[in-house]
Amino acid sequence: MTIEVLQPGMFTTVQDLGREGFGARGVSASGAADALALRIGNLLAGNLEGAAGLEMTLVGGAFLFSEDATAALAGSDFAATLDGAAVEMWSAIFVRAGATLRVGATLGGARCYLCVRGGITVKSFLGSASTHVLSGLGGFAGRALRKGDVLEIGEKEGAVRSRRLSERGRAMMAPRKILRVTAGPQSEWFGEAGLKLFCENVYRVSEESNRMGLRLAGQTTLAPAKREMISEGVALGAVQVPESGMPIILFVEQQTTGGYPKIANVISADFSSLGQLRPRDEVRFERVDLATARRLFVEQEKLLASKEFLFR
Amino acid sequence: MVYLGERVTLEAHERVVRLLRLLEREPLEGVRNLHPGYCSVLVKFDALRWTHAELEGVLRDCLARSDGIALPAAREVELPVCYGGEFGPDLVAVCAAHGLTASRAVELHSSVCYHVYFLGFVPGFAYLGEVPTELVTPRLAAPRRNVPAGSVGIADGQTGVYPFATPGGWRLIGRTPLKMFRAETGESLLGIGDRVRFFAISPERFAELEQA
Repeated sequence: MTIEVLQPGMFTTVQDLGREGFGARGVSASGAADALALRIGNLLAGNLEGAAGLEMTLVGGAFLFSEDATAALAGSDFAATLDGAAVEMWSAIFVRAGATLRVGATLGGARCYLCVRGGITVKSFLGSASTHVLSGLGGFAGRALRKGDVLEIGEKEGAVRSRRLSERGRAMMAPRKILRVTAGPQSEWFGEAGLKLFCENVYRVSEESNRMGLRLAGQTTLAPAKREMISEGVALGAVQVPESGMPIILFVEQQTTGGYPKIANVISADFSSLGQLRPRDEVRFERVDLATARRLFVEQEKLLASKEFLFR
Repeated sequence: MVYLGERVTLEAHERVVRLLRLLEREPLEGVRNLHPGYCSVLVKFDALRWTHAELEGVLRDCLARSDGIALPAAREVELPVCYGGEFGPDLVAVCAAHGLTASRAVELHSSVCYHVYFLGFVPGFAYLGEVPTELVTPRLAAPRRNVPAGSVGIADGQTGVYPFATPGGWRLIGRTPLKMFRAETGESLLGIGDRVRFFAISPERFAELEQA
């Protein structure tokens, strides 16, 4: 079975949950910007949660299905239609051979995922289907999709249950506007006053943001104490502060190491919300401690593992 | 984050390599990725498996044991570079900053057997040191939007090769025709702990090697 790309959308890439374990070669994990949405989308489409799907950004594409298929749309609502009829988000969709799924412009956040039963099949690069756009590695030819691309869909036997994400599940997936952070490895360089300032600022996401990083603009600049910064490994969600004093949040296609001081780190439980931020969106930060960050992550994972919670 | 020193020294670097080797040889369950730096290793782990305190305890134990890990024999890699001209648009500025002739700058850059301190930034980008004092030059004030793949740059006392066409702020002094990262296999030409020597080639030789 195949899907033909009639329209690619603004920026559509093949993504799964990324490739871990190659940081020492400078290879970052990449993977879906809103991994939770992809995982739930895959479960709704009858896949294992790590199957490869399409990540659409701000404006979706149009896709022609060669055969009957089961699919699901997850993440932000991009006003999709199937042969002209409105399609419900967060629900298994049954697609007839020859039907066209048109995914429009976002009504909410930055990203919408198309998951298809069987998963998108591409040549695996270091164990993952994820596209790393900057280096042109992985995914479909290492790049965003173009008109005329034909995607292979994997084989999967058996019927799929007609499932929808529960109301509680949808509430959990509503993006947060205040992201929670823990103190970063160099937060002391900014002092308590610096961290307080960071959490009081209302930031705006810059147009120059992408999967590598989200650039933020705030009312006041942050100035770390002048010390020698030695390049070191950087984590997903790290908030680094370059000379401009305006923070950059390192994102899924992050560089693996960096030489700017990091004032804070967005907590894992809020990565999904991070992936839904659009250029010009406002965002604020709230400080939590490591124990809280871990508790929130563990709670989120528990809910995700509960079919009773997720589906109806 | 495990810090193994507070300054860029070969001793700290060797501790990084030892810890990395130990964690690669005896992988800890729930440890998902390792990002080495000059004198640190970032350990990415599954928070469902470990609390920070638990993992810290285990890593302290690893650190103590890593003293006994033998450093692997350093691989020596020679990299051909076509210096200056369109291949190294900043060579003129680097020479001007230090009052050097182009040939002297090339001689200096290719005189050193560099250490690969770590790989970072993008796949296959090796941070090499130390650049001879006479060549130490800060980054460009405004990074280039597009640095060609293979470009050899200097940033302060570091030198390195851009494996892919990416944005970058290092001073470009030349270019190598070699592939620094193989997309087919995911292999990097350079690895942490390798030794690297550059040697000058002509534009004609560059073209030949690029075809090969």
